[in-house]
Order: sequence, then C-alpha cells, then structure tokens
Amino acid sequence: MTNHWNDIQHADAILIMGSNPAENHPISFKWVNEARNKRGAKLIVVDPRFTRSAATADIYARLRPGTDIAFLGAVINYAIEKNRINEEYVKNYTDASYIVNPAFQGAPDLDGVFSGLTGAKYDKATWGYEMDANGIPKQDLTLQDPMCVYQLLKKHYSRYTIKKVSEITGCDAADLEAVCEAYTATYKPELSGTIMYAMGTTQHTYGSQNVRAFAVLQLLLGNIGVAGGGINALRGESNVQGSTDHGALFHILTGYLKYPKANQPTLAVYNEQNTPKNKDPKSLNWWGNTPKYMASLLKAWWKDADLETAYSYIPKIDDGKNYSYLPIFSAMANGEIKGLFAWGMNPAVGAPSSKMIRKALAQLDWLVAIDLWETETSAFWQKDAGVDPADIKTEVFLLPAASSVEKEGSISNSGRWCQWRYKAIDPVGHAEDDLWIITQIVNRTKDLYAKEGGAFPDPILNLSWNYGKVGLDGKIHAPSPREVAKEINGYFIAEKEIEDKAKGEIKKYKPGDIVPSFAMLQDDGSTVCGCWVYCGSFDEKGENKMMKRDASDPTGLGMYPNWSWSWPVNRRIVYNRASVNAEGQPFSKEKPVLWWSKLKKTWLGDIPDGGGGPDAILPFIMVPHGRGMLFAAGMSDGPFPEHYEPLESVVKNTISSTQVSPVITRWDEKAKEATCNPILAAGCIAALYGSEEAKEFPVVCSTYRVTEHWQTGQMTRWLPWLTELVPNQFVEMSEEFARENGITFGDKVRLTSARNVEGIEAYAMITKRLKPFKIQGKDIHMVGITWHFGYKGRVTGGNANDLTPFIGDPNTMIPEYKAFLVKVEKV
Amino acid sequence: MAEYIKLIDVTKCTGCRGCQVACKQWNNLPAEQTMFTGSLQNPKDLSYNTWCLIRFDEVERDGKLNWLMRHDACMHCETPACAKACPSPGALKKLENGAVVHDKNFCIGCRACIIACPFDIPRNNPDLEKMAKCGLCHDRIDDGKKPACVTTCPTGALTFGTKEEMLKAAEKRAEKIKGFIYPANPKYETHVMYVMPGSVTISDFSHTNPKPKMPTSLLWWKNMFKPFTLIGIAGVAGAAFLHYILKGPHMPHEKKEEGGE
Repeated sequence: MTNHWNDIQHADAILIMGSNPAENHPISFKWVNEARNKRGAKLIVVDPRFTRSAATADIYARLRPGTDIAFLGAVINYAIEKNRINEEYVKNYTDASYIVNPAFQGAPDLDGVFSGLTGAKYDKATWGYEMDANGIPKQDLTLQDPMCVYQLLKKHYSRYTIKKVSEITGCDAADLEAVCEAYTATYKPELSGTIMYAMGTTQHTYGSQNVRAFAVLQLLLGNIGVAGGGINALRGESNVQGSTDHGALFHILTGYLKYPKANQPTLAVYNEQNTPKNKDPKSLNWWGNTPKYMASLLKAWWKDADLETAYSYIPKIDDGKNYSYLPIFSAMANGEIKGLFAWGMNPAVGAPSSKMIRKALAQLDWLVAIDLWETETSAFWQKDAGVDPADIKTEVFLLPAASSVEKEGSISNSGRWCQWRYKAIDPVGHAEDDLWIITQIVNRTKDLYAKEGGAFPDPILNLSWNYGKVGLDGKIHAPSPREVAKEINGYFIAEKEIEDKAKGEIKKYKPGDIVPSFAMLQDDGSTVCGCWVYCGSFDEKGENKMMKRDASDPTGLGMYPNWSWSWPVNRRIVYNRASVNAEGQPFSKEKPVLWWSKLKKTWLGDIPDGGGGPDAILPFIMVPHGRGMLFAAGMSDGPFPEHYEPLESVVKNTISSTQVSPVITRWDEKAKEATCNPILAAGCIAALYGSEEAKEFPVVCSTYRVTEHWQTGQMTRWLPWLTELVPNQFVEMSEEFARENGITFGDKVRLTSARNVEGIEAYAMITKRLKPFKIQGKDIHMVGITWHFGYKGRVTGGNANDLTPFIGDPNTMIPEYKAFLVKVEKV
Repeated sequence: MAEYIKLIDVTKCTGCRGCQVACKQWNNLPAEQTMFTGSLQNPKDLSYNTWCLIRFDEVERDGKLNWLMRHDACMHCETPACAKACPSPGALKKLENGAVVHDKNFCIGCRACIIACPFDIPRNNPDLEKMAKCGLCHDRIDDGKKPACVTTCPTGALTFGTKEEMLKAAEKRAEKIKGFIYPANPKYETHVMYVMPGSVTISDFSHTNPKPKMPTSLLWWKNMFKPFTLIGIAGVAGAAFLHYILKGPHMPHEKKEEGGE
C-alpha cells in the first residue's frame, strides 16, 4: 500500500478491482463504509463474479477474467479524451513531459508489441528518455511533442474505446461508462480516489502490467501521495508485507536491494550496476544510496569479514536464471533440487498444476515441513494423496511450529505498519517458534561444517548469529526476537563521526549505538543494518518503536504516528510530496497530508518524503528522475500496459493480433519437446486459443478465496466453527450454464483441465451472480472455484490448483491462477 | 435501567459471518456437522446450537441483482409471545433492558414458545427436551459490553445502543438511503431492528414476517380462556374447601377384605 488501511476513509471514490475485500479483507470494509457514509464516496466494484464486495457497491461492472488492462485502458482513454486529468500534477510530478527516444515504437505501430522484441525478450535500447546536455531528460511542458510520454500514452490508449473494450471484456457499455465517469471524477485536485487490489490483479501472465495500469490511471488523476488515494495492494497474509520487506523472495535481498548475479563477482561491480545515476539536482534518486544499504546488510550477516569477502559469501544467481516458484518446482521435477524446506508453505495445494508439484516433491531426497498441522505437503506421500507410500522414496520430516499467539515478533501489515506482538501462551506440545528452529539449524549446520569441512564452509562458519546470551558451548540457545529486531534496525560497530548538514553539527557514534535513521547508514562497514527500510524502528535510546501504542491523532487523518511504527521513517503515506503544490500547500485543504508552514519554516503533518522546503525536490524519490512514471522502461513486457489474452483462452485478441504476452516463459512449449521430463510434460500442457484442447476445455475458470477459509485451508479446515460455515468444495456457475449442462441444485460436478483429465469434484453452486459473457457473438461461460481444499484436515475436498496452468508473469513469475480453461461435467 | 436496541443495517452487511462465529464462541456452542446447502448459507437454518445466522437471498429487481444478506436472530420483542406462551415460570422472561432471555433450567421443552414466536426463532433439542435461542448476550450487557455479534462486526452493519439512540439512527439511515425500517409496525415493538435497502421489499428476504404480531390464538388462550380455567380451578378448590367445612375430610372408602384362605 502507498497509503494504509484506515486512510481508505478519506477516499471520494473507491475502485475495488482484482480484489474482494468484503470477503478477504473484511475489516477494510469498516473504512470503505466510513468513506461512503461520511464523504459520500462512490464504491465501484469491477469483478467477473458478483461478490460480497459487489453486493453493497454503488456501481458494479463485470468483466471477463483476464481483461483488466482493456478495462483500465478504457478508463485511461476516457480521462484523456474528456480532459479529466490533474494537469498541474501530471505536468510537474509525472514524466508526461519527457521526450522518449525517437526510435521507440509502441503497440499501435507494431501490432501489439513494442520496439526491440527479439525472440521472447525485449531489447530495451529504444525505451529511454532523450537527455539534454546536462544528462537530464528533455521536456516539453506543453505536452504536445509527438514523442513526449503524454502523446505516446494518448496514442496507445486511443485504441481502447468504450465500444471496443466492451466487446473485449463483455462488460455492458453503459456500466463501463458509469465506472469511467465515477472514478475519473477524482481528477479534481481536492478529490481523491483509491484503488484496492489483490491477487485478482496480479495472478495473470500480465499481472504486473495490470498494476501498472492502475499506476498510470492514478498518476493522471493525481491520486498518489494524497489522503484517500494511492495504489493499495491488499496483502493476502497478515505478514506477507514483512516477508517481502525482509527479502523472502528469490530476486531481492532485504529492503528490496537487488539480488547479486553471477556476472557481478565483486561488491564494486554490484554497486556499479545497481546504483542508478541521476544528474537532476531536484531528484533525490534514493536508490543512489544502494552501496550504504548493501554494506550495512553484509555487515549484519558477517560482522567479522571485510565487505568484499562478505559479498563473496552470498550465493549468486546464475546469469539468465530465475529461481522463483515455478522454476524451483520444474528443477525439482528434473531432480536438480534434492531437499526442500516447506516452512509455513503448502505447495501441494497452493502451487499451480499442483498434481505435478506433488510428483516433483517425490523426486526429493528429503523434505522438511514446518507447520501447525500436518499439511497436504507434508503428507504428499500418504494414501490420502492418491499415491502408494511404498513408491515414495523421499524422507519427510514434520516439525511442529508455534502459532502467531505462541511467539513474539513483529507483523508488518499491508499499510507498512510494523506492530510488535507479544507471546500470549506457550506453544502446544513440542511446537517451537521459528526463530528457535532456525537457530537450531544454524548451530547444528555450523557444527557439521566445523567437523566435516565441505566445499565452502566459510559463509556458514563465519555467519554472525548473536541474538541472545551465549551458552557454555559458545552458542545461542534461546534466541530473542528483540535482538533480531535491533539488528534489523541497525547499530554502529565502529566509531563514526557524522555531520548533520541541516544543523551544522557533528555527531559522534560509538560501537553499539543505535543507527537512528537510514540517512546515517555507511558504506564503509561501520554500520550494520538487517533491512534498511526498517532503520529508524528503534530510537537512539534503544526503544523499539514497533511497541508504541499511543492512539493520539494530531492530524485528525487517522495516521496515529505513535501507534506502532511504519516504514519508511514512520511515513504513513509515501510520495506525500505529491500531495502539495510548488508552494507546499496541499491540493486538498480538507484532508492535507502535508503542508509547509511559512511561519515555522518546516513541514507539518506526515513525515515528508525527503528534505528541503517546497519545490526543493521532486516527489517520486525512489525513481531516478524523481517523477512518477507513466512510461516504465523497467518492465519486461513493455513501457505501457497492453491487453493480451490469458495463455489459455477461447477468445481471439482483437486489440492486436498478438494473442498472448510475447515475453512469457512458455513451459507449455517445453512440455512438447521430446526430451522433456514426463512429469513436466504432463503438468505443463496448456489449452491455447484455437487448439484442440481449447475446444475440449471451453469454460473459463478462476480461483478465489472466501471469508470463511484461508489460503490452502491448512489453518481453517481444522477449525469446527469455520468448517461448519463452508464444509465442502464448491464451484459457482450461472443458471444459464447449469441449464445448458443439465446441472441442477445439489449436484456434484467434475472439473477437468488439459493438465488433469481425472479432474476434481465439487458441488455446483448455481447462482444469479454469474452470467455468461457475450463475446464476438458467442456465450463465454465462466465458473469460479475456491482453492481452500485438499486431502488433509477436518473437512477435505477437491484441490482447485490440480487444474491451474503452469505459467507465470514475465516480471514476477506469479502464476496465472485467475484465468484458465476447464471442462465441467455432472458426476 | 436503560432499554437497548440492536440495529442491523443490511446495506452495510457483507455477509462475512463473523457474527455467527462470535455467537458460538461467546455462548460456547458447538459446531454443527454441515453439508453444502446450495448457497453460502450454512448451517441451513437456526438450531439449538446456532442462534444467529446470515441468510443469503438472490433477488433480481428492475434488472438489477440484489444479493441480500440478513443477520437473523431473536428479535427480542417488547411483548414477547414466547414468554407469554411459556407455561413454565422462569424459563422465558423479558428483562428491563429489553432482552428476552431463556433459562434452560426451567425449560420443560413443551415447544409452546416455538409455536408462538412470530419470527420462528426458538429451536428445540428433542433429545434434551430443551429450547434455545439468542439472549442478546444479556450477561455482556450487564457487564457494560455489547452483544458478541455486534462487537465482532467489522463493517458497522450491527450496532447497539439505547432505544432512543438507535431509533433515531435507524430513521436517519433509512431516510438517507431511501430504505425502510423493519419491523415497520409501530405497534409491534422489538429490541432488534433492521434498516433495509429500498431496492427490495421485506418479502424478498427469506424467513421474515412482513406483519409480525402476537398470535391471536395465544391472546385468546392467555387472555380469555386461561382466566376462565383459573376460575374453574378456583371453583374446584372452593368446592373442595366447602366440602371440608360442611362434611369434614373426604376419607377413603374402607377396603373390603377380599378372598382369604
């Protein structure tokens, strides 16, 4: 979230698209209703299904699964055509005026692709801004230059007319226009609109571009940085924000530092390649600090090693390789991965084409599952999983873990608030908290390396692990999460004098002193910091600000600056410099996030992004040039979002003849190669548009969650009060589809896909809330199914992911769970 | 003591069913073994162990789909028919705060309350021969808390307060959204009220009674026939007393020696 949960109350329009917060983030509806009651905010819900969020909406518009970019393209086009854009904001705070390389060609010129496409990859040489003699992007503030970003954007989205988009999405033109009208009304500087999105947006082969389309729209309307605005990712798990902040993804280290690659053998090369450069004095280019953050992280891990040695300890990603979810399981199927820790993770149910995933698990030598209950993953070898245990050679360990109330630590919510949680009760039975478990693994692995040596023991033997009192054997046995939190914040390990330029004084720090802010982090190895965005979560006296529980609200905007702590530097709304004009006065007088006091010569309100007075800096401090990017060259699949069809589709793309995203990794094509591992060959097949498979599996399917269960159900399918509410797997379908297929009330149906011809069973929920989509003269039917069920638990049921395709977004590799093809038959 | 009202704003309900679970948790009610019912409504109906339930209805009006979600539980009538019908003193009574409460210790499982209730709320357990229903968490109210369902409601659909406050809030809200208040009959007062959306009518909601009232048969029985029976009982007692005074105690007839060796 650029904003935070209770900030939703300040919105004048709320667009719920690709999410279903009434069901999956129920508490958020407190703030949605607050905005509607107090401000008269319009609630707009765009979803293929009429969900519980749609039930109370002012405007509901339906779209065929996978057509979000087309839909948003129409809204963007409407805003441009009707001049419903925040002009001051667009000119000053976005890259609309920047001139793009004249060799750049876009989707209107190249039939749906952008210049530089070679094979399945873009050469982005032409995707850049033209620079002036000083190395600053050239601008045309009149926005008239045909190669300026604004004109290119206008040309790109002029193809997304209401009529055209209505045909693509199946959305009624009047509904589509109503959405355009209601949402773009927030272009007025004093109004704001918020977008609440989740996995319905991201889980597509162009999921990142779906989010980009939100960004483009919000920048045009001037809705970023303001109260009641923003792009708000509703995270699906209570601490998933924390997990990405702390680098639990393959391509990033902590604090979103880029992960080192094999062609970056030294820290010097890493810093050179990953530190963006900028010559505009008004742009802070915050990532210019990368060397300081990287050095502090390396020192957190290896305090006694010099920086280059510490860097050499980090395993590097092989050039051109990707170690995300899909490639990991593909490598596992090929026998390249021998062991797996499934730590609070249930891929046997949650991963795409999960039937194949279970076969891949069986190729492992060992599997360690760490969880509250016996999950489908830890039980993939049992009869319940439909296999003969005698055939499985994998050795499986199940370690019982403590639940969230049985351990201490921090939780970072979607709004970046990091709240300290205390242990309420001791863990049940032999369960232990995660920190204890990982400490045991560290200690014992170190012992083994010390005793037996190994190919490269130094990174393990020299690893710093000082999170508590050392026992007689020289090891930590009762690690403290408070010590980990202190290291995450950072402290000095050498004497250092730092000049405070604003105050004109020199401050001296000694080893052990807390680093009070990431501005003090050093690139010389004198500071340690586990995650730079969390630097400042402790104050200089060592108080953990995440423990703060002061409910005072000085701005009256519900920012509660002394309730927990929010990264970065307790800023509650990021890019908040975009909420004020060049004089430092807020666009909205009624809900000012920030304002410059001429009397006190200081900013009041939220913690401002960056220093200096009004107009001293450009507001988007995390991008090199400081302006919000309508044109994003960093994307793998194009600087502007362009509509493609899902990999599996029964509809021909009519915006261009490029049917699917041209740069996705095609596992389905690999599956056809003779040399392909049989496990992958069976699990990666896809029903492409126009293929025999697409005729056999003609129904569009989308997976989703309900309020009553959570994720793969491993925590909720064991709880009687929740299994009472939703006891069985079910599949939602329209009355029309049920009638055509002879399915009646209470029937069980079988769903099959190209990857799973045995299929899964589910009860038919026949409802008026789904309707066929009229596309290109044909009725396109869709069904929706929860992914909460598996073969373990108090209640069990068909696993929806046994059907889903093995394909991902080219930027993130997130699987396409939200639009694929199935066949539905009465059992 | 203040009188309270639980106000249910249907237009704010998202059917998350937190109220259903909170009710079970506070009242320590076991989960039922359920099966798929065809919709999200589950359990299918109120029961001895399920005192509140979200009822889901899909209704198309003027070409627009309304997905109705209604929190269904005891309405806590001002003049509760159940208590009136109940023959066992202490089993059902209305408290000053408005809650109609039930004491299982005195319940004889006669089902009179079930037959009498205009909203079809009380449910019997045939094995235990006891009735059960929502008691508006009167134990929580005594402790200055709100009912468990209200406390857990995330969206503000369920609110709880004094009668005056809630009546005012209901009218204001109904006017704002051009909806209506249920029960609408001002003569039939309840301590649970609804604000309903104007796009539908009350009969679009399943398991509602558009015109709730005290069952006429119950009025006849309790107000008319019962006094007569009391007169009858008194008459019998009076006659017995008169008999005692005039004739002395009624002695058993001496048993004749029968049979013998």
